[in-house]
Amino acid sequence: MRMLSRNATFNSHGQDSSYFLGWQEYEKNPYHEVHNTNGIIQMGLAENQLCFDLLESWLAKNPEAAAFKKNGESIFAELALFQDYHGLPAFKKAMVDFMAEIRGNKVTLDPNHLVLTAGATSANETFIFCLADPGEAVLIPTPYYPGFDRDLKWRTGVEIVPIHCTSSNGFQITETTLEEAYQEAEKRNLRVKGVLVTNPSNPLGTTMTRNELYLLLSFVEDKGIHLISDEIYSGTAFSSPSFISVMEVLKDRNCDKNSEVWQRVHVVYSLSKDLGLPGFRVGAIYSNDDMVVAAATKMSSFGLVSSQTQHLLSAMLSDKKLTKNYIAENHKRLKQRQKNLVSGLQKAGISCLNGNAGLFCWVDMRHLLRSNTFEAEMELWKKIVYEVHLNISPGSSCHCTEPGWFRVCFANLPERTLDLAMQRLKAFVGEYYNVPEVNGRSQSSHLSHSRGQSLTKWVSRLSFDDRCSIHGR
Amino acid sequence: MASSASENRLLLSRIATNEKHGENSPYFDGWKAYDQNPFHLTENPEGVIQMGLAENQLSFDLVEEWIRKNPKASICTAEGIEKFRSVANFQDYHGLPEFRQAIASFMWKARGGRVTFGPHRVVMSGGATGANELVMFCLANRGDAFLIPSPYYPAFYRDLGWRTGVQIVPVDCDSSNNFKITKEALEAAYGKAQNNNINVKGLIITNPSNPLGTTLDKDTLESLVTFINQKNIHLVCDEIYAATVFSSPKFTCITEVIQNMNCNPNLIHIVYSLSKDMGFPGLRVGIVYSYNDDVVNIGRKMSSFGLVSSQTQHMLASMLSDEDFVEKFLTTSAKRLAKRHGVFTDGLEEVGINCLKSNAGLFCWMDLRRLLRDQTFDGEMVLWRVIVNEVKLNVSPGSSFKCVEPGWFRVCFANMDDDTVEVALKRIRAFVGQAKKAQEQAQVKSPKKRWQSNLRLSFSSSSRRFEQEGVSVMSPRMMSPHSPMPHSPLLRATT
Repeated sequence: MRMLSRNATFNSHGQDSSYFLGWQEYEKNPYHEVHNTNGIIQMGLAENQLCFDLLESWLAKNPEAAAFKKNGESIFAELALFQDYHGLPAFKKAMVDFMAEIRGNKVTLDPNHLVLTAGATSANETFIFCLADPGEAVLIPTPYYPGFDRDLKWRTGVEIVPIHCTSSNGFQITETTLEEAYQEAEKRNLRVKGVLVTNPSNPLGTTMTRNELYLLLSFVEDKGIHLISDEIYSGTAFSSPSFISVMEVLKDRNCDKNSEVWQRVHVVYSLSKDLGLPGFRVGAIYSNDDMVVAAATKMSSFGLVSSQTQHLLSAMLSDKKLTKNYIAENHKRLKQRQKNLVSGLQKAGISCLNGNAGLFCWVDMRHLLRSNTFEAEMELWKKIVYEVHLNISPGSSCHCTEPGWFRVCFANLPERTLDLAMQRLKAFVGEYYNVPEVNGRSQSSHLSHSRGQSLTKWVSRLSFDDRCSIHGR
Repeated sequence: MASSASENRLLLSRIATNEKHGENSPYFDGWKAYDQNPFHLTENPEGVIQMGLAENQLSFDLVEEWIRKNPKASICTAEGIEKFRSVANFQDYHGLPEFRQAIASFMWKARGGRVTFGPHRVVMSGGATGANELVMFCLANRGDAFLIPSPYYPAFYRDLGWRTGVQIVPVDCDSSNNFKITKEALEAAYGKAQNNNINVKGLIITNPSNPLGTTLDKDTLESLVTFINQKNIHLVCDEIYAATVFSSPKFTCITEVIQNMNCNPNLIHIVYSLSKDMGFPGLRVGIVYSYNDDVVNIGRKMSSFGLVSSQTQHMLASMLSDEDFVEKFLTTSAKRLAKRHGVFTDGLEEVGINCLKSNAGLFCWMDLRRLLRDQTFDGEMVLWRVIVNEVKLNVSPGSSFKCVEPGWFRVCFANMDDDTVEVALKRIRAFVGQAKKAQEQAQVKSPKKRWQSNLRLSFSSSSRRFEQEGVSVMSPRMMSPHSPMPHSPLLRATT
């Protein structure tokens, strides 16, 4: 193994985490409505499958976009040859217009400040390559998307130092937690180059408040560091409070080109969640800093967007009727679906963080833990995967500091499957709480001794066969 | 604001602010000449002809015909739309199974059906650019080095080393033996690296070669395999031009060679792409094919950073598994490349310009040594500026490929139509004719002087301005992907 690089031999790709292991179990035994009704229901995949029909009907009405044609003429050759890393101008224009529309047109974005990348995975890694050297650090609020461990650290050699958020205030970022994280980095001799936040948050499913954003801006200004806002879920903010982009707050605070912080605020975007097109690999970097744009543009050589896809999406996103209708309908369907999940969980006596965005809920199962520990969280998780046959994501895989929280996705499966999942969960909780007395001793609402013994079975059953193939969120 | 700008610069990474992307060269002025005055047969017949771009534009008609006949290959047509959501949702880094199968099958056909490839070893990446970088990340640590025979593709500097921190150690090849890679040259380069405490992790070759346009013979390949086995280092074979072989000798893929040798397969890796063989650089289809299971495994995870769009995978899965189409395409493409190569090299020969004898690629390696005023790289630059600014052909000087001998130039011939080739040849004939005339006149006046030193071609003041000492030549457009071509019809139509 020493023939390969350190990148190839250590586990810094992060794929041995439980987040990915759950997917492996799903792949071994996937639920199917007809062929495998007892299989594992996938609720660990943050995909948006609710609005494909809108895109399909647009395609049916706009055949030219599909057929490599423009004004009736074949442009296949030009597209096939087009490898300009500045991207198709019409596509970039359509992208910034779409991004602005999602932000209620409260900001104006310049296509020349947009860099296209192969998905947000590539965008995030590219940002880190541009902003930090190996051994330096970025601060990230917990809980955070498990894939960041790979995307931000793996090949860049950069460290993540967590900003510990807790349920005491709905996991919001505070001045104290920011400062503590910064001190922690200093203690570890890590030079902090920036803060990276996801807004709307994965896994919380909430949008950042204006106060939090002001706080962040003040903090990065004070420390003289960068702020990267991963706004991949910006189009999934389905109920109030409405989504506020960091770009909007820059405007609010009258930060313009002449202020130092202007150039240090950057946004990551993608069409994987809002439009439900993760396969197309469309990511973007937006920065006001010309040097960052220039460096990122050259780096995008390593992962450009297929010209065929740029052409198709350029036509799609330039249709303002489609985008307007899509954004509204997407919100409506997500809101309804989230409501169904929340009510299903409530019937099982489970609550979740009050969410207004994203494709998932941040679910509170602390009351179901044998003890307030991550071991207990893992035991519960394994039971849910192996016995209840639901793949959900344990909070520890998202680096949550409190045990007992789980991310449960709601937009990647049909409604009836979601209903079935909730029935299973309700049955499980019912059984869990209604354990009959054993040996004259009454059972507490927490795990009994006998249950504890049987649970150890699941610990050893967990395989480490690294076949997980899904890298997305 | 200036202090703020420099403060901002400090806040960026070393990678973002160093020049190792290789795109800042004073010589991009050569490209400016093309940008400012691009040739067009009817609208600008005196413009600069682009001969620096290794693109394969000769066989799009075949692809367009196939696309017309196969609407189901698109997920957006009425025939194919039923696949839209499953394809659009598909982000598995293993790739669509039918895509991997089609790639493995195409690789087999492109190598004359002499070796087979397993879909399970096919790993996607963002073009060959992404593939080469990915392989480096898997095989080498920051500070390690890879040997590369010169002359080599200029963008290797960026692709292999920019973000990886891997160093390039050139293996010098020269015209004394038609630029073959010798054991002595390999040992010399390896030894030099060792003496400088540089840890060599492998050797990377491009076969067929860019810029030479030649294929490596079996003996050379065997000696390379022996070398890397002995040293226990990796061998990466960039076979991006595999299907551009248009005449004998036939292409020998590295797989063929290792099958018959005692070789550790864990050291053998292939980089491939559809950018040259099919002419699809815009579709960003790069492939890493490794015989090392760990590299396949890790490479697959790394491919997350540059997967092929599922829309593109779906279309190509259909296209490349159409055996009749692939057969027809490969045969026709080779024929057309052969013809174009023939027309061009014959035209050059007529005026006494020789090219290295080649059987592949989208370019010729042109020998202009006898036209140099001085047999130095400065002399090469002087000649290059004349060719760009006076003859109005954008060609690539050998120094940009780190060639050790001045006077060689790469000239691309597959990125233009027949008429443009004719114009280019006409200009070359005129240029050489002028030079000869000047020589003859000089000899009449002073017979002893060598004709090269009397080459008095008028320099415009702009070309004189660019004369500089010892600056490396790197121009963005020799690298793929690259900076804009403002006269691309796509850009014209949309701005």
